[in-house]
Amino acid sequence: MKPGKYVIPILILSIFLFVVISHFTGGYIMADEKEKVIQITAKKFEYSPKDITVKRDVPVVLEFTSLDRLHGFNCPSLGIRSDILPGKTTQLRFTPNKAGSFPFHCDNFCGLGHEGMTGTIIVEE
Amino acid sequence: MKIDRREFLKLAGIGSVVFVAGPGSILNVAEAAKSGNDDFFFVQLSDTHWGFTGPAVNPDAEGTLKKAITAVNSLKSQPEFVMFTGDLTHVTEDEKERRKRLSEFRKIVSELKVKNVRFMPGEHDAGLDEGKIFKEFFETTHYTFDYKGVHFIVLDNVSDPTSSIGETQLAWLSGDLKQLDKGARIVVFTHRPLFDLSPDWDWHTRDGSKALDVLMPFPNVTIFYGHIHQEHHHKTGHIDHHAAQGLMYPLPAPGSVPKKQPVPWDAKAPYKGLGFRGVNADVKKAKYDIAEFGVRGERL
Repeated sequence: MKPGKYVIPILILSIFLFVVISHFTGGYIMADEKEKVIQITAKKFEYSPKDITVKRDVPVVLEFTSLDRLHGFNCPSLGIRSDILPGKTTQLRFTPNKAGSFPFHCDNFCGLGHEGMTGTIIVEE
Repeated sequence: MKIDRREFLKLAGIGSVVFVAGPGSILNVAEAAKSGNDDFFFVQLSDTHWGFTGPAVNPDAEGTLKKAITAVNSLKSQPEFVMFTGDLTHVTEDEKERRKRLSEFRKIVSELKVKNVRFMPGEHDAGLDEGKIFKEFFETTHYTFDYKGVHFIVLDNVSDPTSSIGETQLAWLSGDLKQLDKGARIVVFTHRPLFDLSPDWDWHTRDGSKALDVLMPFPNVTIFYGHIHQEHHHKTGHIDHHAAQGLMYPLPAPGSVPKKQPVPWDAKAPYKGLGFRGVNADVKKAKYDIAEFGVRGERL
């Protein structure tokens, strides 16, 4: 038996399972056993999702994509920020070390609704 | 003889013998007038947001700036120059409309009696196109000028949408400062605060500390800015920072409410929180006396 003949079917099956699991976990993907990846899109003048729930002491990767122009993500009370560029995925890694609700906002001026482009990170115990 | 600031400002420039020791105090120093130094008086207006509409916030959006211009023109002693510290217009993504607003704004302020009028952008004027259209009207977003012994530096911390001054402009600032004596009288105008007043409300400049670092070796530096639509005073080291009221809508005090939103119009106190300021520069002492005025010229 040639082990190599199973490589392609296993690869296809892996990709299929990855897509299905990603779909049913609502955008939450386990990048590895410890990190939680959360995909966030930004566009004038909102984030989706705008409320992000994570767990204390569990490492998080925020994966940002802009659907239109340069935006920003700034959560001063957690000490994290990032530019969000159109056409590019930007990752921001952090580990929340305190529970509570922490507002974030766009800190790259993006137009008339810029002031209202906000959201909240909810850190659960 | 003690007089209030309004009287002081009326007298300033016509041989008054009143000099000041800084915001909040007035000293009668008769001899100072004889010293022959070139003290002078200028006016700062900010955040006029021409083009804004929102009756719940300002039902006189088209009249407020005009009233302020009339009030400045009515000052008994006219300022030697007027400085607008940004957000001349309210933001619009329509470039044609942005040009229209800037054009209308320029026409309105051309009614000022004083013709030495200087401008700088706010993020509403320049944040969406890196100052392209603003420059069509006002040539540049950052510059210096000297007036009667004071070196004025106009810093642009809005054309870069990341709320930054940027390395290029910081290098320009350093180069400009290298030409000055350490004892130079320096006044900086910015739109955003250079210090972290309230970063979660975007009331900061991301690389503002770099500008403050190069200014810090100079003992006589004062900064006037806008953006936060209210009077505010702060010190970083020996550097004073003074925010001016706006002329369209007030904003709440930093961190006083969960969400930053314009303060609603108070029909019982129309134009409350809106106004402009007069600044008397005592060049010899490198001190700046500030008097706040309401939109209609009433002393606050």
